[in-house]
Amino acid sequence: MMIFDVILGVGLVLACASVYLSNNLFRSVVLFIVFGLLLALTWTRLQAPDLALAEAAIGAGLTGVLLLDTLGTLRKIRHQRAADDTKKHEEASS
Amino acid sequence: MIRVLGAALAAIITLLGLTLALWFAPATQVNLPQQVELNIDASGIAHPITAVLLNFRSYDTLLEVAVVLVAVVAGLALRERGPRVTPHERSADPMLQALTRRLLPLLVLTGVYVLWAGSYAPGGAFQAGALVAAAGVLARLAGYDIASRVDRLLRLGLALGFILFLTVAVSAMFGGRPFLNYPDEWAGSLIFLIEAVLTFSIGLTLLSLFVHAPGDASPQGGGDYGR
Repeated sequence: MMIFDVILGVGLVLACASVYLSNNLFRSVVLFIVFGLLLALTWTRLQAPDLALAEAAIGAGLTGVLLLDTLGTLRKIRHQRAADDTKKHEEASS
Repeated sequence: MIRVLGAALAAIITLLGLTLALWFAPATQVNLPQQVELNIDASGIAHPITAVLLNFRSYDTLLEVAVVLVAVVAGLALRERGPRVTPHERSADPMLQALTRRLLPLLVLTGVYVLWAGSYAPGGAFQAGALVAAAGVLARLAGYDIASRVDRLLRLGLALGFILFLTVAVSAMFGGRPFLNYPDEWAGSLIFLIEAVLTFSIGLTLLSLFVHAPGDASPQGGGDYGR
C-alpha cells in the first residue's frame, strides 16, 4: 500500500504540473479531470470518503464538464469570427 | 524560462512556509472528534459528518446554500436574452440515446441512495445533488432539454432548498428555541427532509449553471470575449 501511496502522490504532483505546463487547453482540461480523480483517490486513502465523493462528483465531474463546455463555446466563437472576417475581406475586395 | 524559474522559486518558498507553519502549529485545544462522538446521540443522525454539517454547524451549511443560490442567480442574469431555440430535440445518435436511457435512471437511483446513505455512512445532500445534476447534464448533452422548458418552476426549485432550510431554522424560534435548533424528537426526520429538498435544489442549481451558461456564440450576447 505504501508504494500505491507514493505513486498517488507523485501522480498528483505530475498531473497538477502538466495542467499548467501544457500548451493545449483541451489537454489541460482533461488533465484537470484526471487530477480531480486522483485527488478523490487521495481523500479515500486519507480516510475522508465524504470529501472523496464530493471531489469526484463536483471537482472532477461537473467542473470538468463546465470547462469543456467553455472550451467548445470559445472554439465556436473563434470559428464564427474567422468566418465573419473572411466575409468582410471579400466584401472589401469586391 | 525566467518565468518558470520564478514560479518554481515561489512554489518552494510557499512549501517552506507551509512546512514551518505546520511544524510550529499550536497543539489543538479542543478534541473535536471526541466532542462529536459525545454528542452524536443528540443530533438524530448516525453519521458524524452529516451530523456536523446539518446539526452542529448547520449555520455554515445554511450560508453555503445561500451562496450557491446567489451564484446561480448571477448565472441566470448573465444568460442570453431572446427566444431560446433548441435546434435538435433529440440526438440522432442511437448509441448515445440508448446509453442515456439506461444510464439516467441508474444515476438518479444512485443519487437517492447517496442521499439516504448520508444519515449513517458517507454521503449527503451535496454529493447526491451533484449526481442528480450529472444525470441532467448527460440528458442535456444527449438532446433532452429539461431545464429550459419549465422556466418559472425552475426558479422555484432553485430557491426551494434554501427556503425550506430557513423555514425550519426560523420555526424553531416560535417554540422558544434558538435559531436553527431542531426539536429533539424530530431532529432526524427534519434533517432528512432538509437534505432531500436540498438535493433537489442543488442538483437543479448545478444543472442550470451548465445549461444557462452564457455564450452560445449567438449574436444575442455572450460572444464578446477578448474584444
